[in-house]
Amino acid sequence: MKTIVIGVIGADVHAVGNKIIEFTLSNAGYHVVNIGVLSSQEDFINAAIETAADLILVSSLYGHGEIDCRGMREKCIEAGIADICLYVGGNIVVGKQDFSEVKTRFLEMGFNRVYPPGTPIDDALKDIREDLGE
Amino acid sequence: MANYLLIDFGSTFTKLCAIDTEAEDIIETASYFTTVDTDIRAGYHEALNRLFMKIGSPIEFEQVIACSSAAGGLKMAAIGLVEELTVEAAKRVCLGAGAKVDLVFSHHINKSEIQQIIDRKIDIILLAGGADGGNSECVLFNANLLGEMGIHIPIIYAGNKSAQDEIRDTFEQYGMDGYICDNVMPKVNVMNIDPARDMIRQIFLDKIIEAKGIKAIESEIDAVILPTPNAVLEAAKLLSEGYLDESGLGDIVVLDIGGATTDMYSICSVSRRSDVIVSGLEEPFAKRTVEGDLGMRYSAPGIIKSLSQQEIEFINKEKNVDIEEEVQKRYNDVKSLPQNAHDEFIDQFLAEVCAYRAMHRHVGRIEEVYTPMGKVYNQTGKDLTDIKYVIGTGGVIINSNDKENILRRTTNILHNPTELRPQDPLFLVDQKYILAAMGLLKQKNPYLALRIMKKYIVEI
Repeated sequence: MKTIVIGVIGADVHAVGNKIIEFTLSNAGYHVVNIGVLSSQEDFINAAIETAADLILVSSLYGHGEIDCRGMREKCIEAGIADICLYVGGNIVVGKQDFSEVKTRFLEMGFNRVYPPGTPIDDALKDIREDLGE
Repeated sequence: MANYLLIDFGSTFTKLCAIDTEAEDIIETASYFTTVDTDIRAGYHEALNRLFMKIGSPIEFEQVIACSSAAGGLKMAAIGLVEELTVEAAKRVCLGAGAKVDLVFSHHINKSEIQQIIDRKIDIILLAGGADGGNSECVLFNANLLGEMGIHIPIIYAGNKSAQDEIRDTFEQYGMDGYICDNVMPKVNVMNIDPARDMIRQIFLDKIIEAKGIKAIESEIDAVILPTPNAVLEAAKLLSEGYLDESGLGDIVVLDIGGATTDMYSICSVSRRSDVIVSGLEEPFAKRTVEGDLGMRYSAPGIIKSLSQQEIEFINKEKNVDIEEEVQKRYNDVKSLPQNAHDEFIDQFLAEVCAYRAMHRHVGRIEEVYTPMGKVYNQTGKDLTDIKYVIGTGGVIINSNDKENILRRTTNILHNPTELRPQDPLFLVDQKYILAAMGLLKQKNPYLALRIMKKYIVEI
Protein backbone atom coordinates (compact mmCIF):
# COMPACT_ATOMS: atom_id res chain seq x y z
CA MET A 1 0.00 0.00 0.00
CA LYS A 2 1.36 3.42 -0.96
CA THR A 3 1.68 6.02 1.78
CA ILE A 4 0.71 9.69 1.46
CA VAL A 5 1.51 12.37 4.05
CA ILE A 6 -1.06 15.17 4.13
CA GLY A 7 -1.39 18.34 6.21
CA VAL A 8 -1.94 22.09 6.20
CA ILE A 9 1.28 24.10 6.12
CA GLY A 10 2.25 27.25 8.03
CA ALA A 11 0.10 29.33 10.39
CA ASP A 12 -3.00 27.95 8.72
CA VAL A 13 -5.80 26.31 10.67
CA HIS A 14 -8.23 25.35 7.88
CA ALA A 15 -9.16 21.86 9.01
CA VAL A 16 -12.21 20.92 6.94
CA GLY A 17 -10.60 20.34 3.54
CA ASN A 18 -7.85 18.44 5.28
CA LYS A 19 -10.39 15.93 6.64
CA ILE A 20 -12.05 15.58 3.23
CA ILE A 21 -8.70 14.81 1.63
CA GLU A 22 -7.94 12.21 4.30
CA PHE A 23 -11.34 10.58 3.77
CA THR A 24 -11.09 10.50 -0.02
CA LEU A 25 -7.54 9.19 -0.24
CA SER A 26 -8.14 6.54 2.45
CA ASN A 27 -11.24 5.36 0.58
CA ALA A 28 -9.17 5.19 -2.59
CA GLY A 29 -6.93 2.64 -0.88
CA TYR A 30 -3.98 4.74 0.22
CA HIS A 31 -2.33 4.72 3.64
CA VAL A 32 -2.88 8.33 4.69
CA VAL A 33 -0.72 9.93 7.38
CA ASN A 34 -2.47 13.15 8.37
CA ILE A 35 -0.28 15.52 10.37
CA GLY A 36 -3.08 18.11 10.59
CA VAL A 37 -3.03 21.90 10.66
CA LEU A 38 -0.23 24.29 11.68
CA SER A 39 2.40 21.97 10.24
CA SER A 40 5.90 23.02 9.30
CA GLN A 41 7.93 21.74 6.36
CA GLU A 42 9.94 19.69 8.85
CA ASP A 43 6.77 18.05 10.22
CA PHE A 44 5.85 16.87 6.71
CA ILE A 45 9.36 15.63 5.97
CA ASN A 46 9.83 13.88 9.33
CA ALA A 47 6.53 12.05 8.94
CA ALA A 48 7.46 11.06 5.38
CA ILE A 49 10.78 9.59 6.51
CA GLU A 50 9.32 7.56 9.37
CA THR A 51 6.47 6.20 7.25
CA ALA A 52 8.55 5.72 4.08
CA ALA A 53 5.94 7.80 2.26
CA ASP A 54 5.67 8.04 -1.51
CA LEU A 55 4.02 11.42 -1.69
CA ILE A 56 3.59 14.58 0.37
CA LEU A 57 0.42 16.55 -0.31
CA VAL A 58 0.63 20.07 1.08
CA SER A 59 -2.52 22.15 1.58
CA SER A 60 -2.49 25.90 2.05
CA LEU A 61 -5.66 27.93 2.23
CA TYR A 62 -4.65 31.28 3.66
CA GLY A 63 -2.58 32.83 0.89
CA HIS A 64 0.92 32.48 2.34
CA GLY A 65 1.63 29.14 0.65
CA GLU A 66 4.45 30.47 -1.45
CA ILE A 67 6.48 31.66 1.55
CA ASP A 68 5.67 28.51 3.51
CA CYS A 69 6.68 26.14 0.70
CA ARG A 70 9.92 27.78 -0.32
CA GLY A 71 12.94 25.50 0.09
CA MET A 72 10.88 22.39 0.80
CA ARG A 73 12.35 20.33 -2.05
CA GLU A 74 15.87 21.27 -0.94
CA LYS A 75 15.06 20.09 2.59
CA CYS A 76 13.74 16.80 1.18
CA ILE A 77 17.03 16.33 -0.64
CA GLU A 78 18.98 17.05 2.57
CA ALA A 79 16.78 14.61 4.48
CA GLY A 80 17.42 11.76 2.05
CA ILE A 81 14.01 11.69 0.38
CA ALA A 82 14.99 13.61 -2.76
CA ASP A 83 12.72 11.61 -5.05
CA ILE A 84 9.49 11.96 -3.09
CA CYS A 85 6.46 13.38 -4.96
CA LEU A 86 5.45 16.85 -3.73
CA TYR A 87 1.95 18.16 -4.42
CA VAL A 88 0.53 21.49 -3.34
CA GLY A 89 -2.98 22.91 -3.58
CA GLY A 90 -5.53 25.34 -2.13
CA ASN A 91 -5.45 29.13 -2.11
CA ILE A 92 -1.71 29.05 -2.35
CA VAL A 93 -1.05 32.72 -3.20
CA VAL A 94 -2.55 36.10 -2.34
CA GLY A 95 -4.87 37.95 -4.71
CA LYS A 96 -6.04 37.23 -8.23
CA GLN A 97 -2.81 36.19 -9.92
CA ASP A 98 -2.57 34.41 -13.23
CA PHE A 99 -2.52 30.76 -12.18
CA SER A 100 -0.19 29.61 -14.96
CA GLU A 101 2.50 31.91 -13.56
CA VAL A 102 1.84 30.71 -10.03
CA LYS A 103 2.08 27.13 -11.23
CA THR A 104 5.40 27.80 -12.94
CA ARG A 105 6.83 29.31 -9.77
CA PHE A 106 5.82 26.27 -7.68
CA LEU A 107 7.12 23.84 -10.32
CA GLU A 108 10.44 25.69 -10.24
CA MET A 109 10.43 25.27 -6.47
CA GLY A 110 10.42 21.53 -7.05
CA PHE A 111 6.75 20.62 -6.67
CA ASN A 112 5.50 17.91 -9.05
CA ARG A 113 1.86 18.98 -9.14
CA VAL A 114 0.25 22.33 -8.38
CA TYR A 115 -3.52 22.80 -8.07
CA PRO A 116 -5.56 26.02 -8.39
CA PRO A 117 -8.25 27.04 -5.88
CA GLY A 118 -11.39 24.94 -5.99
CA THR A 119 -9.85 21.79 -7.44
CA PRO A 120 -11.85 18.73 -6.33
CA ILE A 121 -9.62 16.17 -4.62
CA ASP A 122 -10.85 13.60 -7.15
CA ASP A 123 -8.90 15.44 -9.85
CA ALA A 124 -5.74 15.12 -7.81
CA LEU A 125 -6.56 11.47 -7.19
CA LYS A 126 -6.20 10.74 -10.93
CA ASP A 127 -2.71 12.28 -10.88
CA ILE A 128 -1.82 10.34 -7.74
CA ARG A 129 -2.78 7.08 -9.43
CA GLU A 130 -0.68 8.02 -12.42
CA ASP A 131 2.38 9.17 -10.42
CA LEU A 132 2.37 6.35 -7.88
CA GLY A 133 1.48 3.75 -10.49
CA GLU A 134 -1.55 2.15 -8.89
CA MET B 1 0.80 -7.98 62.58
CA ALA B 2 2.51 -7.87 59.20
CA ASN B 3 5.62 -5.78 58.67
CA TYR B 4 7.10 -4.93 55.30
CA LEU B 5 10.65 -3.78 54.71
CA LEU B 6 11.14 -1.61 51.64
CA ILE B 7 14.67 -0.91 50.45
CA ASP B 8 16.07 1.59 48.00
CA PHE B 9 19.63 0.79 46.95
CA GLY B 10 20.59 4.28 45.80
CA SER B 11 23.80 5.39 44.12
CA THR B 12 25.08 6.79 47.42
CA PHE B 13 22.74 5.61 50.17
CA THR B 14 20.88 2.39 50.93
CA LYS B 15 17.59 3.57 52.41
CA LEU B 16 15.34 1.34 54.48
CA CYS B 17 11.71 1.93 55.31
CA ALA B 18 9.84 -0.40 57.69
CA ILE B 19 6.06 -0.43 57.41
CA ASP B 20 3.42 -1.76 59.77
CA THR B 21 0.58 -2.78 57.44
CA GLU B 22 -2.03 -3.02 60.17
CA ALA B 23 -1.33 0.30 61.82
CA GLU B 24 -0.95 1.70 58.28
CA ASP B 25 2.14 3.54 59.38
CA ILE B 26 5.89 3.83 59.02
CA ILE B 27 7.66 2.09 61.90
CA GLU B 28 11.07 3.63 61.22
CA THR B 29 13.44 4.60 58.42
CA ALA B 30 17.25 4.28 58.35
CA SER B 31 20.06 4.51 55.86
CA TYR B 32 23.73 3.73 55.30
CA PHE B 33 26.17 4.05 52.41
CA THR B 34 25.60 1.71 49.46
CA THR B 35 28.43 -0.82 49.26
CA VAL B 36 27.87 -2.31 45.83
CA ASP B 37 31.58 -1.97 44.93
CA THR B 38 32.54 -4.54 47.54
CA ASP B 39 29.49 -6.44 48.74
CA ILE B 40 26.07 -4.83 48.61
CA ARG B 41 25.05 -6.86 51.66
CA ALA B 42 27.49 -5.07 53.99
CA GLY B 43 25.79 -1.69 53.60
CA TYR B 44 22.41 -3.33 53.90
CA HIS B 45 23.38 -5.04 57.17
CA GLU B 46 24.66 -1.79 58.61
CA ALA B 47 21.48 0.04 57.58
CA LEU B 48 19.42 -2.78 59.08
CA ASN B 49 21.35 -2.52 62.36
CA ARG B 50 20.63 1.17 62.48
CA LEU B 51 16.97 0.53 61.79
CA PHE B 52 16.72 -2.00 64.61
CA MET B 53 18.57 0.34 66.96
CA LYS B 54 16.04 3.06 66.22
CA ILE B 55 13.16 0.64 66.80
CA GLY B 56 14.77 -0.72 69.95
CA SER B 57 14.85 -4.38 68.98
CA PRO B 58 15.02 -6.54 65.85
CA ILE B 59 11.64 -7.26 64.22
CA GLU B 60 10.46 -9.79 61.66
CA PHE B 61 9.37 -8.85 58.17
CA GLU B 62 6.81 -10.69 56.12
CA GLN B 63 7.99 -9.12 52.86
CA VAL B 64 11.33 -7.53 51.98
CA ILE B 65 11.45 -5.94 48.55
CA ALA B 66 13.83 -3.46 46.95
CA CYS B 67 14.39 -1.08 44.11
CA SER B 68 17.82 -0.11 42.89
CA SER B 69 19.73 2.65 41.17
CA ALA B 70 23.07 1.48 42.55
CA ALA B 71 26.19 0.97 40.42
CA GLY B 72 25.32 3.70 37.96
CA GLY B 73 21.62 2.86 37.74
CA LEU B 74 20.30 1.59 34.42
CA LYS B 75 22.28 3.10 31.55
CA MET B 76 20.63 3.00 28.16
CA ALA B 77 21.24 4.05 24.58
CA ALA B 78 18.18 5.14 22.58
CA ILE B 79 18.37 4.79 18.81
CA GLY B 80 15.69 5.98 16.41
CA LEU B 81 15.22 7.44 12.96
CA VAL B 82 14.05 11.08 13.01
CA GLU B 83 15.06 13.10 16.04
CA GLU B 84 11.63 14.61 16.79
CA LEU B 85 9.79 11.31 16.28
CA THR B 86 11.14 7.80 16.93
CA VAL B 87 14.33 9.06 18.60
CA GLU B 88 12.30 11.13 21.05
CA ALA B 89 9.80 8.28 21.51
CA ALA B 90 12.60 5.81 22.29
CA LYS B 91 14.18 8.25 24.72
CA ARG B 92 10.90 8.79 26.57
CA VAL B 93 10.31 5.06 26.88
CA CYS B 94 13.76 4.60 28.46
CA LEU B 95 13.15 7.46 30.89
CA GLY B 96 9.70 6.10 31.78
CA ALA B 97 11.30 2.75 32.59
CA GLY B 98 13.59 4.47 35.06
CA ALA B 99 16.73 4.45 32.94
CA LYS B 100 19.40 7.08 32.42
CA VAL B 101 19.69 7.75 28.72
CA ASP B 102 23.42 8.21 28.24
CA LEU B 103 23.45 8.03 24.44
CA VAL B 104 20.92 9.08 21.82
CA PHE B 105 21.43 8.36 18.12
CA SER B 106 19.36 9.04 15.02
CA HIS B 107 19.29 7.83 11.39
CA HIS B 108 22.05 5.43 10.28
CA ILE B 109 24.44 4.93 13.17
CA ASN B 110 28.18 4.67 12.58
CA LYS B 111 31.04 2.70 14.07
CA SER B 112 32.27 5.45 16.34
CA GLU B 113 28.79 5.75 17.83
CA ILE B 114 28.77 2.00 18.50
CA GLN B 115 32.22 2.37 20.06
CA GLN B 116 30.65 4.91 22.45
CA ILE B 117 28.05 2.32 23.41
CA ILE B 118 30.92 -0.01 24.35
CA ASP B 119 33.03 2.65 26.08
CA ARG B 120 30.17 4.06 28.13
CA LYS B 121 29.27 0.55 29.34
CA ILE B 122 25.66 0.87 28.24
CA ASP B 123 23.40 -1.76 29.89
CA ILE B 124 20.57 -1.99 27.36
CA ILE B 125 20.05 -0.62 23.84
CA LEU B 126 16.58 0.38 22.65
CA LEU B 127 16.47 0.26 18.86
CA ALA B 128 13.51 2.01 17.25
CA GLY B 129 12.79 3.59 13.88
CA GLY B 130 9.94 3.77 11.41
CA ALA B 131 6.22 3.90 12.02
CA ASP B 132 4.47 0.55 11.42
CA GLY B 133 4.57 -0.13 7.68
CA GLY B 134 7.02 2.72 7.20
CA ASN B 135 10.78 2.91 6.92
CA SER B 136 12.54 -0.37 7.68
CA GLU B 137 15.79 0.18 5.83
CA CYS B 138 17.30 2.24 8.63
CA VAL B 139 16.60 -0.16 11.52
CA LEU B 140 17.90 -3.09 9.47
CA PHE B 141 21.10 -1.19 8.71
CA ASN B 142 21.53 -0.29 12.38
CA ALA B 143 20.83 -3.82 13.65
CA ASN B 144 23.31 -5.23 11.16
CA LEU B 145 26.04 -2.81 12.09
CA LEU B 146 25.51 -3.52 15.80
CA GLY B 147 25.83 -7.22 14.97
CA GLU B 148 28.93 -6.73 12.85
CA MET B 149 30.57 -4.76 15.65
CA GLY B 150 29.97 -7.71 17.99
CA ILE B 151 27.53 -6.02 20.38
CA HIS B 152 26.29 -8.61 22.87
CA ILE B 153 24.55 -6.45 25.44
CA PRO B 154 20.75 -6.76 25.48
CA ILE B 155 19.06 -5.00 22.55
CA ILE B 156 15.33 -4.37 22.46
CA TYR B 157 13.90 -3.86 19.00
CA ALA B 158 10.81 -1.63 19.20
CA GLY B 159 10.57 -0.17 15.70
CA ASN B 160 8.53 -0.72 12.54
CA LYS B 161 6.68 -4.02 12.93
CA SER B 162 7.17 -4.86 9.26
CA ALA B 163 10.89 -5.27 9.90
CA GLN B 164 10.52 -7.59 12.93
CA ASP B 165 11.21 -10.83 11.06
CA GLU B 166 14.35 -9.57 9.41
CA ILE B 167 15.55 -8.05 12.68
CA ARG B 168 15.01 -11.41 14.37
CA ASP B 169 17.11 -13.05 11.67
CA THR B 170 19.86 -10.49 12.17
CA PHE B 171 19.84 -11.11 15.93
CA GLU B 172 20.18 -14.85 15.27
CA GLN B 173 22.81 -14.47 12.59
CA TYR B 174 25.16 -12.56 14.88
CA GLY B 175 24.18 -14.40 18.07
CA MET B 176 22.98 -11.17 19.66
CA ASP B 177 21.02 -10.87 22.90
CA GLY B 178 18.01 -9.46 21.08
CA TYR B 179 14.40 -8.96 22.12
CA ILE B 180 11.48 -7.98 19.95
CA CYS B 181 8.54 -5.90 21.11
CA ASP B 182 5.81 -3.56 19.85
CA ASN B 183 6.73 -0.33 18.12
CA VAL B 184 7.28 2.69 20.39
CA MET B 185 5.68 4.88 17.70
CA PRO B 186 3.23 2.77 15.67
CA LYS B 187 1.82 5.85 13.92
CA VAL B 188 3.34 9.29 13.42
CA ASN B 189 3.13 11.26 16.70
CA VAL B 190 1.41 8.36 18.52
CA MET B 191 3.33 6.80 21.41
CA ASN B 192 3.13 3.23 22.64
CA ILE B 193 5.14 3.18 25.84
CA ASP B 194 4.09 0.16 27.87
CA PRO B 195 5.40 -2.92 25.99
CA ALA B 196 8.95 -1.60 25.57
CA ARG B 197 8.99 -0.19 29.11
CA ASP B 198 7.91 -3.53 30.58
CA MET B 199 10.57 -5.32 28.59
CA ILE B 200 13.27 -2.93 29.82
CA ARG B 201 12.13 -3.56 33.38
CA GLN B 202 12.22 -7.33 32.83
CA ILE B 203 15.73 -7.30 31.37
CA PHE B 204 16.87 -5.05 34.21
CA LEU B 205 15.66 -7.64 36.71
CA ASP B 206 16.80 -10.73 34.79
CA LYS B 207 20.24 -9.57 33.74
CA ILE B 208 21.41 -6.11 34.69
CA ILE B 209 21.16 -6.33 38.47
CA GLU B 210 23.12 -9.56 38.32
CA ALA B 211 25.84 -8.01 36.18
CA LYS B 212 26.11 -5.12 38.62
CA GLY B 213 26.43 -7.29 41.72
CA ILE B 214 23.05 -6.25 43.08
CA LYS B 215 21.52 -9.68 42.71
CA ALA B 216 23.67 -10.95 45.61
CA ILE B 217 21.20 -9.30 47.96
CA GLU B 218 18.47 -11.67 46.84
CA SER B 219 19.95 -14.37 49.06
CA GLU B 220 18.68 -12.28 51.98
CA ILE B 221 15.60 -10.47 50.73
CA ASP B 222 12.60 -11.49 48.64
CA ALA B 223 13.40 -9.63 45.45
CA VAL B 224 14.63 -6.51 43.71
CA ILE B 225 11.60 -5.54 41.66
CA LEU B 226 12.12 -2.10 40.09
CA PRO B 227 14.69 0.49 39.04
CA THR B 228 14.39 3.30 41.63
CA PRO B 229 13.20 6.09 39.28
CA ASN B 230 10.51 3.74 38.02
CA ALA B 231 9.38 3.20 41.61
CA VAL B 232 9.21 6.97 42.13
CA LEU B 233 7.17 7.36 38.94
CA GLU B 234 4.78 4.62 40.11
CA ALA B 235 4.40 6.35 43.48
CA ALA B 236 3.78 9.73 41.85
CA LYS B 237 1.09 8.22 39.61
CA LEU B 238 -0.64 6.62 42.56
CA LEU B 239 -0.48 9.82 44.60
CA SER B 240 -1.99 11.74 41.70
CA GLU B 241 -4.70 9.31 40.63
CA GLY B 242 -5.85 7.87 43.94
CA TYR B 243 -7.01 4.30 44.59
CA LEU B 244 -10.52 3.01 45.28
CA ASP B 245 -12.21 5.32 47.81
CA GLU B 246 -8.95 7.03 48.76
CA SER B 247 -8.71 10.09 46.55
CA GLY B 248 -5.50 11.27 44.93
CA LEU B 249 -4.06 14.77 44.82
CA GLY B 250 -4.86 15.39 41.15
CA ASP B 251 -2.28 16.95 38.85
CA ILE B 252 1.17 16.96 40.40
CA VAL B 253 4.83 17.61 39.65
CA VAL B 254 7.61 15.84 41.53
CA LEU B 255 11.11 17.27 41.66
CA ASP B 256 13.96 15.02 42.80
CA ILE B 257 17.34 16.68 43.01
CA GLY B 258 20.10 14.14 43.56
CA GLY B 259 23.88 14.06 43.47
CA ALA B 260 24.15 12.95 39.86
CA THR B 261 20.84 13.90 38.25
CA THR B 262 17.80 16.09 38.61
CA ASP B 263 14.62 14.18 37.83
CA MET B 264 11.32 15.84 37.06
CA TYR B 265 8.00 14.01 36.93
CA SER B 266 4.68 15.44 35.83
CA ILE B 267 1.44 13.54 36.20
CA CYS B 268 -1.23 15.31 34.17
CA SER B 269 -2.75 15.44 30.72
CA VAL B 270 -1.04 17.46 28.01
CA SER B 271 -3.53 20.35 28.09
CA ARG B 272 -6.90 21.23 29.62
CA ARG B 273 -7.58 24.11 27.28
CA SER B 274 -9.84 23.89 24.27
CA ASP B 275 -8.38 26.93 22.51
CA VAL B 276 -4.94 25.50 21.77
CA ILE B 277 -3.64 23.32 18.99
CA VAL B 278 -1.19 20.79 20.39
CA SER B 279 1.51 19.69 17.99
CA GLY B 280 4.37 17.23 18.09
CA LEU B 281 4.84 13.74 19.50
CA GLU B 282 2.11 12.62 21.90
CA GLU B 283 3.01 13.41 25.53
CA PRO B 284 2.77 10.71 28.21
CA PHE B 285 0.33 11.32 31.08
CA ALA B 286 3.08 10.32 33.50
CA LYS B 287 6.19 11.94 32.13
CA ARG B 288 9.71 11.76 33.51
CA THR B 289 12.68 13.76 32.35
CA VAL B 290 16.20 13.39 33.70
CA GLU B 291 18.91 15.99 33.56
CA GLY B 292 22.23 14.16 33.73
CA ASP B 293 24.15 17.44 33.79
CA LEU B 294 22.30 18.91 36.76
CA GLY B 295 23.10 17.52 40.18
CA MET B 296 24.48 18.52 43.55
CA ARG B 297 27.74 16.53 43.49
CA TYR B 298 28.79 14.33 40.52
CA SER B 299 27.02 16.64 38.11
CA ALA B 300 27.64 19.96 39.84
CA PRO B 301 30.08 21.05 37.07
CA GLY B 302 27.18 20.77 34.65
CA ILE B 303 25.40 23.57 36.51
CA ILE B 304 28.33 25.88 35.80
CA LYS B 305 28.39 24.80 32.16
CA SER B 306 24.75 25.80 31.83
CA LEU B 307 25.65 29.37 32.87
CA SER B 308 27.34 32.04 30.76
CA GLN B 309 30.56 33.73 31.90
CA GLN B 310 28.53 36.86 32.60
CA GLU B 311 26.06 34.95 34.76
CA ILE B 312 28.91 33.33 36.73
CA GLU B 313 30.50 36.70 37.43
CA PHE B 314 27.15 38.15 38.38
CA ILE B 315 26.53 35.31 40.84
CA ASN B 316 30.02 35.65 42.34
CA LYS B 317 29.54 39.35 42.87
CA GLU B 318 25.94 39.17 44.04
CA LYS B 319 26.43 36.30 46.48
CA ASN B 320 30.02 37.10 47.35
CA VAL B 321 31.31 33.58 46.58
CA ASP B 322 33.53 31.81 44.06
CA ILE B 323 30.90 29.54 42.59
CA GLU B 324 33.31 27.67 40.30
CA GLU B 325 35.55 26.76 43.21
CA GLU B 326 32.57 25.71 45.33
CA VAL B 327 31.31 23.44 42.57
CA GLN B 328 34.74 21.86 42.07
CA LYS B 329 34.93 21.17 45.81
CA ARG B 330 31.63 19.31 45.67
CA TYR B 331 32.63 17.37 42.58
CA ASN B 332 35.92 16.28 44.21
CA ASP B 333 34.19 15.04 47.34
CA VAL B 334 30.83 13.65 46.29
CA LYS B 335 30.02 12.32 49.74
CA SER B 336 30.43 15.70 51.44
CA LEU B 337 27.50 17.07 53.41
CA PRO B 338 27.10 20.75 54.37
CA GLN B 339 29.20 21.53 57.46
CA ASN B 340 28.21 25.12 58.06
CA ALA B 341 25.88 27.90 57.01
CA HIS B 342 28.08 28.81 54.05
CA ASP B 343 27.94 25.25 52.63
CA GLU B 344 24.20 25.23 53.10
CA PHE B 345 23.90 28.54 51.34
CA ILE B 346 25.81 27.23 48.31
CA ASP B 347 23.86 23.96 48.21
CA GLN B 348 20.63 25.92 48.40
CA PHE B 349 21.72 28.09 45.50
CA LEU B 350 22.79 25.10 43.37
CA ALA B 351 19.51 23.32 44.07
CA GLU B 352 17.59 26.42 43.00
CA VAL B 353 19.47 26.48 39.69
CA CYS B 354 18.81 22.74 39.18
CA ALA B 355 15.10 23.23 39.85
CA TYR B 356 14.80 26.15 37.47
CA ARG B 357 16.76 24.53 34.64
CA ALA B 358 15.16 21.11 34.98
CA MET B 359 11.68 22.63 34.71
CA HIS B 360 12.83 24.76 31.77
CA ARG B 361 13.61 21.52 29.91
CA HIS B 362 10.58 19.55 31.13
CA VAL B 363 7.79 22.03 30.59
CA GLY B 364 5.83 22.69 27.39
CA ARG B 365 5.80 25.89 25.37
CA ILE B 366 3.01 27.93 23.89
CA GLU B 367 3.17 30.50 21.13
CA GLU B 368 0.60 32.82 19.66
CA VAL B 369 0.12 32.40 15.95
CA TYR B 370 -1.66 35.12 14.01
CA THR B 371 -3.70 33.69 11.21
CA PRO B 372 -6.29 35.21 8.88
CA MET B 373 -8.82 33.48 11.14
CA GLY B 374 -7.54 35.33 14.21
CA LYS B 375 -5.11 34.50 16.96
CA VAL B 376 -4.55 30.83 17.74
CA TYR B 377 -2.31 29.16 20.28
CA ASN B 378 0.14 26.48 19.26
CA GLN B 379 1.40 24.28 22.09
CA THR B 380 4.27 21.80 22.18
CA GLY B 381 4.96 19.72 25.30
CA LYS B 382 2.89 19.62 28.47
CA ASP B 383 0.87 22.47 29.98
CA LEU B 384 1.63 22.53 33.73
CA THR B 385 -0.01 25.87 34.55
CA ASP B 386 -2.88 24.32 36.53
CA ILE B 387 -0.75 21.87 38.49
CA LYS B 388 -2.05 21.72 42.06
CA TYR B 389 1.03 20.48 43.89
CA VAL B 390 4.78 20.58 43.37
CA ILE B 391 6.40 17.94 45.54
CA GLY B 392 10.06 17.99 46.46
CA THR B 393 12.19 14.98 47.31
CA GLY B 394 15.90 14.14 47.53
CA GLY B 395 18.42 15.02 50.25
CA VAL B 396 19.09 18.64 49.37
CA ILE B 397 15.41 19.61 49.38
CA ILE B 398 14.47 17.57 52.45
CA ASN B 399 17.36 19.02 54.47
CA SER B 400 17.06 22.58 53.20
CA ASN B 401 16.13 25.41 55.53
CA ASP B 402 14.26 27.08 52.73
CA LYS B 403 12.54 24.29 50.81
CA GLU B 404 9.90 26.53 49.38
CA ASN B 405 12.38 28.66 47.51
CA ILE B 406 13.84 25.63 45.74
CA LEU B 407 10.40 24.38 44.71
CA ARG B 408 9.30 27.88 43.75
CA ARG B 409 11.96 27.83 41.03
CA THR B 410 9.73 25.40 39.11
CA THR B 411 7.08 28.11 38.76
CA ASN B 412 7.14 31.04 36.40
CA ILE B 413 9.31 33.33 38.51
CA LEU B 414 10.70 35.13 35.47
CA HIS B 415 7.23 35.67 33.98
CA ASN B 416 8.16 34.04 30.70
CA PRO B 417 4.87 33.95 28.80
CA THR B 418 5.93 31.11 26.48
CA GLU B 419 6.77 28.56 29.22
CA LEU B 420 3.77 26.66 30.62
CA ARG B 421 5.19 26.36 34.15
CA PRO B 422 3.02 25.75 37.23
CA GLN B 423 1.31 29.01 38.08
CA ASP B 424 0.23 28.89 41.68
CA PRO B 425 0.89 25.45 43.13
CA LEU B 426 1.09 24.38 46.75
CA PHE B 427 4.49 23.08 47.79
CA LEU B 428 4.82 19.70 49.49
CA VAL B 429 7.84 17.82 50.72
CA ASP B 430 8.58 14.11 50.95
CA GLN B 431 9.94 14.71 54.44
CA LYS B 432 10.73 11.08 55.27
CA TYR B 433 12.14 10.30 51.82
CA ILE B 434 9.62 7.54 51.18
CA LEU B 435 8.50 8.05 47.56
CA ALA B 436 10.58 5.21 46.11
CA ALA B 437 9.57 2.92 48.98
CA MET B 438 5.90 3.71 48.36
CA GLY B 439 6.35 2.88 44.67
CA LEU B 440 7.51 -0.53 45.85
CA LEU B 441 4.68 -0.90 48.33
CA LYS B 442 2.24 -0.02 45.53
CA GLN B 443 3.13 -3.33 43.86
CA LYS B 444 1.89 -5.16 46.98
CA ASN B 445 -0.70 -2.87 48.50
CA PRO B 446 -1.56 0.32 46.58
CA TYR B 447 -4.22 1.43 49.04
CA LEU B 448 -1.81 1.39 51.94
CA ALA B 449 0.96 3.08 49.94
CA LEU B 450 -1.39 5.92 49.06
CA ARG B 451 -2.58 6.42 52.64
CA ILE B 452 0.96 6.54 53.95
CA MET B 453 2.03 9.01 51.26
CA LYS B 454 -0.91 11.28 52.04
CA LYS B 455 0.10 11.21 55.69
CA TYR B 456 3.82 11.89 55.28
CA ILE B 457 4.08 14.05 52.18
CA VAL B 458 3.26 17.32 53.82
CA GLU B 459 2.85 20.97 53.04
CA ILE B 460 5.87 23.12 53.81
